[in-house]
Amino acid sequence: MAPKKLGLKQRYAHMTRGLDWETTYQPMDAVFPYDTFEGIKIKDWSAWEDPFRLTMDSYWKFQAEKERKLYAVLDAFAQNNGQTGVSDGRYINVVKLFLTGVSPLEYQAHRGFAFTGRHLRGAGPRIACQMQSLDELRHLQTQIHTISHYNKFFDGIGEFPHMHDRVWYLSVPKSFFDDARAAGPFEFMIAIGFAFEYLLTNLLFVPFMSGAAYNGDMSTVTFGFSAQSDESRHMTLGIEVIKFLLEQHPDNLPIVQKWVDKWFWRGFRVLGLVAMMMDYMLPKKVMSWKEAWEIYFTEAGGSLFQDLERYGLKVPKYADVATEAAEHISHQNWAVFYQYSHAAAFHTWMPDKEHLDWLSEKYPNTFDKYYRPRWEMWAEMEKEGKRFYNPSLPQLCQVCQIPMAYTEPGDPTKIAFRCTEVAGETYHFCSDGCKDIFDAEPEKYIQSWLPVHQIFQGNCGGATVPDVLNWYRMNVGADNMDYVGSPDDRLWSEWHAAKTREAV
Amino acid sequence: MSVTAIVPDYARRIEPRDPVENFHGNMLVYVHWEDHLSFCSAVAFPLPPAIPFGAFVSEVVAPAYAAHPEAASIDWSAVVWMIDGATKVPDMEASLAANGMKHKTLVRFWTPGLSGWKGTAS
Repeated sequence: MAPKKLGLKQRYAHMTRGLDWETTYQPMDAVFPYDTFEGIKIKDWSAWEDPFRLTMDSYWKFQAEKERKLYAVLDAFAQNNGQTGVSDGRYINVVKLFLTGVSPLEYQAHRGFAFTGRHLRGAGPRIACQMQSLDELRHLQTQIHTISHYNKFFDGIGEFPHMHDRVWYLSVPKSFFDDARAAGPFEFMIAIGFAFEYLLTNLLFVPFMSGAAYNGDMSTVTFGFSAQSDESRHMTLGIEVIKFLLEQHPDNLPIVQKWVDKWFWRGFRVLGLVAMMMDYMLPKKVMSWKEAWEIYFTEAGGSLFQDLERYGLKVPKYADVATEAAEHISHQNWAVFYQYSHAAAFHTWMPDKEHLDWLSEKYPNTFDKYYRPRWEMWAEMEKEGKRFYNPSLPQLCQVCQIPMAYTEPGDPTKIAFRCTEVAGETYHFCSDGCKDIFDAEPEKYIQSWLPVHQIFQGNCGGATVPDVLNWYRMNVGADNMDYVGSPDDRLWSEWHAAKTREAV
Repeated sequence: MSVTAIVPDYARRIEPRDPVENFHGNMLVYVHWEDHLSFCSAVAFPLPPAIPFGAFVSEVVAPAYAAHPEAASIDWSAVVWMIDGATKVPDMEASLAANGMKHKTLVRFWTPGLSGWKGTAS
């Protein structure tokens, strides 16, 4: 008689929770020292619904299959000189922004989930976190491999890990994840698992991946597809964690609400980079940031919070402010990079008339009144040979670390200034959202590594802009400045001239 | 409120990163020209607290904004100054410190009659 095979469900139970045990040589509290200090109360870890239902052996099998497909496409893309077929040379700057700003976050997520996978005492969440941790490492790896092909031709890509730790605007995504990873495991799960991977993920990945598809970047689209089934598992984990915490004890609600408020706002600030990418950097546009916000936050987020209402959880504080700001942030951010183009590792450009018309159409309430004149003024200056640069360093927000370029809700002509005093020293913020985060945990944010302050303290390679750019490993004259006239632009034009010659 | 930390003495283990002592004798000053948002945000300068306000205006503020088409039309004697939230008439001869400025002071200024390119706050 053949030995009986285990059913899927039994097999899963044995291979996951069946491998867990109660420690006896050491008390459980000593083995899991991190899962109580945040104040979260768990009555019954076994009530955790495993969202993935995957065992490690089947996980490896699935992932290996996806890798084989991805690398086949990458090979084909390279052999076919796919880089010459994207919509325009400007598009590559989206890829640069992704690799320098987003891919290192995959690594941070890998580290963060490895930590939570070690330190939550329930076997269910530990297994889920462990797999997500591996996913995130895989995503970093596939992104590096995909984008390394562009590195053979275009500037601003090769030093991405070094830049991520040093360059002024990259401190925005970096500090976002540093903040989450410096928190306890439950806050990390709400910050990254729920707020980032569930609530806001469609505002990050959908724009980048559809942007790639619209602009002929089949390699990036393919790594997007390769990550898609992982992402849907991550979303399942994100929603499970919030439901689990809220079901376990009523005392958890105010703590979770505070984290949801905080990480919604922090995520919204980081996503400003995506807003700018969608409205200004994609040669062929998918939709405006405002439209994406309406679909993925106002509508999808609205029904999510309706669903979570039964636990007492409310829509994040300042969601209304973020929705109002959807009219402004892409224009304000691109303006920052336009005037600090000399210190950015990707190229900027002046939107042309067709592009301005598109923005006027997408932002009928605000663009013509506030932002179109700004571009027209700068275009005029460019024509006179006085391309506008900001010669000084910007004031940064102590929490999000973005230049304090955002305006008062309801008045796009006034910069929003907020401040707090702690132990006789003043700290400045771009918004009530960032100020609230600081005021809740000032000890944490008085330690912020603000790039502008670090430059003035002499910690960034020297006192002049060239010294600092050198310390960033920025290849001046190639990585930075306007696209028009850049080596990228010249290469792209040569490819196209060659294509035209061949066609004749 | 205070930080949620696993160690009870977290506050004693950390140091603020930007006290004035770290700036080699300077203090940080932030400046913002209101209604001229082509300068995307306030800008930051490390400055000796002893320099006269007048020198701060002519050596620091004016050059920082010189690229703007309206910069040449600024009447510096008519400028309205706000220092850390309070409208003030600064003493041009007195030092920044004597004018009430300290580390991380925010100086905002309005230029009457000039409200950005074509009046658009740009």
